Amino acid sequence: MMMNNSLKSLSKLSPGTVIHGKWHRNQYTIIKELGNGANGVVYLVRDSSRQVALKISDNPSSIISEVNVLKSFTKVQGSALGPSLFDVDDWETVGKQFSFYVMEFIKGPNLLTFIQQKGPEWLGVLLLQLLADLDVLHEKGWVFGDLKPENLLVNGPPIRVRCIDVGGTTIKGRAIKEFTEFYDRGYWGMGSRKADERYDLFAVAMVIINTAYPGRFNKTTGGISQLMGMVKQKPELNLYQSIIKNALSGNYQTAGEMRRDVLAALQPRKQKSDAGNQVKSRSQLHRNGAKRNVTKKKGGLFETALIILTLSFLYFFYIYVQIL
Amino acid sequence: MRTGTLKQILLITDGCSNQGEDPIAMATLAREQGVTINVIGVMEQDVIDDQGLKEIEGIALSGGGVSQVVYSQQLSQTVQMVTRKAMTQTLQGVVNKELQQILGGTKKMEDLPPEKRGEIMEVVDELGETVELDVLILVDTSASMTHKLPTVKEALLDLSLSLNARSGSNRFSVFAFPGKKVEVEKLLDWTPNLESLTTIFSKLSTGGITPTGPAIKEAISYFQQKKRSLRSMLSRDDEQFFEESI
Repeated sequence: MMMNNSLKSLSKLSPGTVIHGKWHRNQYTIIKELGNGANGVVYLVRDSSRQVALKISDNPSSIISEVNVLKSFTKVQGSALGPSLFDVDDWETVGKQFSFYVMEFIKGPNLLTFIQQKGPEWLGVLLLQLLADLDVLHEKGWVFGDLKPENLLVNGPPIRVRCIDVGGTTIKGRAIKEFTEFYDRGYWGMGSRKADERYDLFAVAMVIINTAYPGRFNKTTGGISQLMGMVKQKPELNLYQSIIKNALSGNYQTAGEMRRDVLAALQPRKQKSDAGNQVKSRSQLHRNGAKRNVTKKKGGLFETALIILTLSFLYFFYIYVQIL
Repeated sequence: MRTGTLKQILLITDGCSNQGEDPIAMATLAREQGVTINVIGVMEQDVIDDQGLKEIEGIALSGGGVSQVVYSQQLSQTVQMVTRKAMTQTLQGVVNKELQQILGGTKKMEDLPPEKRGEIMEVVDELGETVELDVLILVDTSASMTHKLPTVKEALLDLSLSLNARSGSNRFSVFAFPGKKVEVEKLLDWTPNLESLTTIFSKLSTGGITPTGPAIKEAISYFQQKKRSLRSMLSRDDEQFFEESI
């Protein structure tokens, strides 16, 4: 997206530039740019003691809106919802004023990169963490909104998925503030843009699909038929197929429900889905179990005999020595 | 707090006007009458020249709105972002005026310490969710826009989807310029959703001239007509009150 002029100048701040807070008098030295979007630019900066992230914008209202969200997150105790907020201020420079806020710097690759590097087995674990966080967020009356891999960073160790960029975070029941087409229920013609739990869960399903299609894909017919068609083409999505379908169709009322299904999908499978196989494998299982029990018993007997034999041998030896 | 219905013109074009009144003068006229103008410049492979760019920014600046130049693939997202941004901007203006009455002088939200802005912003957000909005969409249908029109249609459907997620009511109307025989042609009268746009858009004919100025002028007068009609006087009083305590 093209940026307007003042935002463009904000994305050109060179390393070493010092941002002075007008109200709180804190200073931040720019290290490098971390990212930019429609509503501002995020920089990695250094304050007096540590590295922190700083989001700056020419639009004070978007900064204050995001600060409001982050502030309400800090009221949720011990949660990993969004980065912690450290400072909010204005920067006056060459006759212009920009607003910024300073937050915790969350270091790590985004969800998609992480899974590509570490292997698909990480997807399930990260989904469990994400859904647990979303559950808390929803309970507090918020909907994350702009959920996508770029906004999900994997931090650690210990490995922990963290949501960054609360620009899309919306009070439940209102219109979603910011979204990205591929992850947006409205774009696929599968529901409104009113913020509810299911809006986020739809996006989670799209993130799962995204892991098999890193380049994303465009809408053709839209709707559940196109999306599930794409899902079925990728064997690596088999495990999550029914979960994806439920989330896309809005069948999960809460993140907790979806989490339970992910957890169930991750359990080791003892039964095959095919009915005939299932019976066969189950009887096999029984037989194998029984055999194992028998050998165990036999082994036990042998052990006992051996111990008794050894002990009596030692005793005889002792007696023999005593007699001599 | 007094907000009434927000009135916006959304101008979608790909270049410079070449006929009739100066569009920037017309934008100023619109603003004087409480109508905000947002402009979206649509590019494909072609780039918009400096003159066109200047005009796009000028119209939005004089019209109190927001402008953005994008490639047509990003149109949907831009249309909704620009509309929302302009809404916030207008509402912010209303709230600032209110603040000036309370605090005196020329105080704006930015003059308050950041800690005090949070609650004000909550009021603006709340208003943005509930305020009634009228958007008149002005589509440039000059020859170079022809192959961009399907994308424009998609973007407009998407806009109504976004805005209809709000709890406040919306009305849209669509005008094309140049029209078949006239400079500006009405395609769609005020309606809460743009679904009916699908059929009209395929029938659009395109012309060679770009009478942006006259189109804006006509659009403003359409807002005025609406105000005068008895039905709207009864159902949508312009002097609505939103009781909000800051």
